[in-house]
Amino acid sequence: MKELLLIAIGSAIVNNVVLSQFLGICPFLGVSKKTETAAGMGAAVVFVITISSFVTALIYKFILANEALMSKGIDLTYLQTIVFILVIAALVQFVEMFLKKNMPPLYESLGVYLPLITTNCAVLGVALTNVTKEYGILESVVNGFATAVGFLIAIVIMAGIREKIEYNDIPKPFRGTAIVLVTACLMSIAFMGFSGMI
Amino acid sequence: MNKNVERLYNGLIKENPTFVLMLGMCPTLAVTSSAINGLGMGLSTTVVLVFSNLLISAFRKVIPNGVRMPAFIVIVASLVTMVQFIMNAYTPSLSESLGVYIPLIVVNCIILGRAESYASKNPVIPSIFDGIGMGLGFTFGLTCIGLIRELLGAGQIFGFQILSLEWFTPITIFVMAPGAFLVLACLVAIMNIVRAKMEAKGKPLAAPSGCLSGDCSGCAQSAMCTGRSLSKEGAASAKATAAKNAANAPKTE
Repeated sequence: MKELLLIAIGSAIVNNVVLSQFLGICPFLGVSKKTETAAGMGAAVVFVITISSFVTALIYKFILANEALMSKGIDLTYLQTIVFILVIAALVQFVEMFLKKNMPPLYESLGVYLPLITTNCAVLGVALTNVTKEYGILESVVNGFATAVGFLIAIVIMAGIREKIEYNDIPKPFRGTAIVLVTACLMSIAFMGFSGMI
Repeated sequence: MNKNVERLYNGLIKENPTFVLMLGMCPTLAVTSSAINGLGMGLSTTVVLVFSNLLISAFRKVIPNGVRMPAFIVIVASLVTMVQFIMNAYTPSLSESLGVYIPLIVVNCIILGRAESYASKNPVIPSIFDGIGMGLGFTFGLTCIGLIRELLGAGQIFGFQILSLEWFTPITIFVMAPGAFLVLACLVAIMNIVRAKMEAKGKPLAAPSGCLSGDCSGCAQSAMCTGRSLSKEGAASAKATAAKNAANAPKTE
């Protein structure tokens, strides 16, 4: 239990996925203009990353690193990048269809963000990190969930700040993306304050 | 100008992926803590890019249009896996410091972007040169950013102490995460000035097409990333689609 909690705090806050690992920069910069859309995007990311880390952990444990195959000398782990990216792409499509059919209210709030996530490097990044750190299935799910919550925290704070920035008088060359990156820099410094926690 | 030379020039200068098109920002931020990391990442991306352009261009008439994206992804992912193993074997220290960002070359938007917008429509030889040009342009960009960060953050260039520590206090934050954002912010600001100057001269630069520009209309990946931008009119159209989907849902049941 304590270990899981440490993994969760570590990936959500200390090693924040956007601000210290630079994964998922695209949605972080692209969809952070309004708090509402940012929260929707964040929620969709939480949903997808949690499911995808569960599925990829299952596939890794029972197919790619299958003990029965390993003992016969067949090591399929080298296929992980190819398998993970395809599984994630298919999974997002599948989740979208499932939500559309069975949970229309949830689809309405998350649906538009789902296709954006297919190409999100954070999803593949988490799946690969789970393998590199040799997490089991439960640990992978917790790590995936916490990483995505870290993304949600970062993107919502960023959107809140950007709504205020709109009214500020910014030097001309820094208008647009540049000032957002400066903001990200300051947020990243703030998040570095957590680094002594674990 | 010879078409192949034109492709090289296009990738290195005219449509430089880092400075002009602003593509592939995740690796640009993540691995440029030193010049050597930037160079290593750039070169491995170049290798993947050249071979993926070669293969995709060679198979462009065989791959059915409907499944081209999954097909491209499989080709790129296989190449990335090979590069990863080669780096593991011959440059273990570099591969350790780049870590998870090597397999993440798969989702680098430069590679799928070039596959979609150039290699899948053009013959093999120009596609190879396009890959070399774009790859070297990316390498150049990453190495430059790495040099700046390493020099300010540690007083070193490629690991050699250039600024003596006797009078220079390294600004350590530049080799850490916040420094990446700050250097990129300055770069974007400088490019905004250059862009305005070139426009005044009547020679406008190519518009940034990556996620940094905030609108996905010019993005080569928009075919795959069907969500499009949620900024500007994107938000309105996205809401409209959601409403339409919600209205259609009862009918389909």
